[in-house]
Amino acid sequence: MDVKLGVLAGDTRAVARAITWVENGDPRGAEVIRGVYASTGRAYIVGLTGSPGAGKSTLVSRLAALLAARGQKVGILAVDPSSPFSGGAILGDRVRMFDVALTRDVYIRSMGTRGALGGLNRATRMAARILDAAGFDWIFVETVGAGQAEVDVHDVAYTTAVVMAPGMGDDIQAMKAGIMEIGDLFIINKADHDGADRTATQVESVLQLSMTTGWNPPVLKVSAELNTGIDNVVDTIERHHTHLVASGKLDALKIRMAKLDVLEILKARLADMMKQQLEQPAVQVELEKVASKQSDPYSLADIIFEQSWRNT
Amino acid sequence: MEQKIRVLVAKPGLDGHDRGAKVLARAFMDAGMEVIYTGIRRTPEQIAEVAVQEDVDVVALSCLSGAHNTLFPKVVDLLKEKGADDILVMGGGVIPEDDIPFLKEHGISEVFGPGTPLATCVDYIRSHVKKEA
Ligand code: B12
Ligand SMILES: Nc1nc2c(ncn2[C@@H]2O[C@H](COP(=O)(O)OP(=O)(O)OP(=O)(O)O)[C@@H](O)[C@H]2O)c(=O)[nH]1
Ligand SMILES: [Mg+2]
Repeated sequence: MDVKLGVLAGDTRAVARAITWVENGDPRGAEVIRGVYASTGRAYIVGLTGSPGAGKSTLVSRLAALLAARGQKVGILAVDPSSPFSGGAILGDRVRMFDVALTRDVYIRSMGTRGALGGLNRATRMAARILDAAGFDWIFVETVGAGQAEVDVHDVAYTTAVVMAPGMGDDIQAMKAGIMEIGDLFIINKADHDGADRTATQVESVLQLSMTTGWNPPVLKVSAELNTGIDNVVDTIERHHTHLVASGKLDALKIRMAKLDVLEILKARLADMMKQQLEQPAVQVELEKVASKQSDPYSLADIIFEQSWRNT
Repeated sequence: MEQKIRVLVAKPGLDGHDRGAKVLARAFMDAGMEVIYTGIRRTPEQIAEVAVQEDVDVVALSCLSGAHNTLFPKVVDLLKEKGADDILVMGGGVIPEDDIPFLKEHGISEVFGPGTPLATCVDYIRSHVKKEA
């Protein structure tokens, strides 16, 4: 199987293998990205974040079903937390997505966070590039159940939707500083429960305090369970897309994405390099000096950093 | 480079006994593996397709209803059709001793019955999944 050609042809097995490689930091993943990057940039990437259990997975599966019925190809990257202790994970998002699992043109991939803290997996960005190259029209990225710090999805998606459920008034207050700021739209899910109106009003009042940038984030009420209001979500995402294009923001975003693609790779390489340096026998002596306060961590970091550059 | 073993824990057919599958999922997670659990009542088609999409190394089929002889080989055949016959398929649940040779002939690499220690299931995966360097 030639994975690169397979990805370009939209072959499921090739796409799946390529994502495994980028997730594992396998050099073959980098080769695939090099080979397919020219074919990326066509997919529209949507992020979904929000509190644990708000209904993100159920909603994504509804969105995917609706778009697939319109003849669109949909890729889903669903991130769940990895155990910080074992490094393992139970990736449960997919259980809610079985209705669309066999729909032609829908691809779902579960990912563990593998130690990343921003609500995604370090390879989610590159996995999205692979799906893009494979011809998916839409890519949905579901984060782990997020509080306020997990805002990385904003760096991956063109449109970010924050999903909430009724009865979390306090949470909205707490989220003010974090994910309330990254939402391009707010979805109050479980509108079949009491309290959706109240939650919507609370969200709106928090949003009124923020500065306008030519786009006022709509607050939508839906029920993923009953499959109501889903078309409205798609319409709103499309309207946001149109807004980004018309305002020139999409071009700026694409440059920002390119920058972040490069940054991600540089960070990984530097981290590897520095970790290797830290394992050098000569450094162990210096580490002991830091421990016994004969030296300090900044001074040692300076030495290691300079040496790494000399060695490359 | 960090390799993680990915396992699909799957419940084919109409069998609703999910306790064993959940216990296994948890044990595999505790052993550092990434586990995707299908939930109950999945078709062999769904299971094979998910295995391919998720690029798992192992499919762990659990069945306590007695329908293993038709369902397990079906999953193996579908994986083969999809060019994914390198995936290790193992089975377990309430399975009579006499059925085990038949299942093995049909591509199930090993069968584990009630009372199997979880460590045995974990070790089997660790020693049978070939991770290229
Ligand atoms: C608990 C139980 C139930 C619970 C299930 C709760 C649940 N959510 O899981 C309830 C009460 C709901 C139930 C219902 C029924 N049950 Co019941 N049930 C059992 C019982 C007593 C224990 C099963 C169990 O949970 N064991 C604990 C778990 C941890 O063990 P396990 O699943 O066997 O898994 C272990 C190993 O087998 C192995 N393993 C299992 N799968 C796999 C897969 C892989 C890859 C690997 C490596 C290992 C592995 O590893 C696990 C850890 O050791 C068994 C009898 C028995 N002793 O097995 C009957 C049993 C399975 N039930 C049986 C029956 C008939 C039924 C019903 C049809 C009864 C009825 N007439 O209504 C219903 C059907 C339910 C349904 N929708 O399918 C029969 C099945 C007969 C058969 N296969 O020929 C059994 C065998 C009882 C009997 N002797 O008749 N049941
Ligand atoms: N009543 C009602 N329940 C819903 C609705 N949408 C989802 N649920 C239920 O809410 C629970 C959580 O749904 P998920 O889709 O798994 O939520 P999630 O946000 O993806 O959860 P995490 O990924 O664990 O953070 C499930 O039991 C769903 O069935 C809805 O619109 N109405
Ligand atoms: Mg989810």
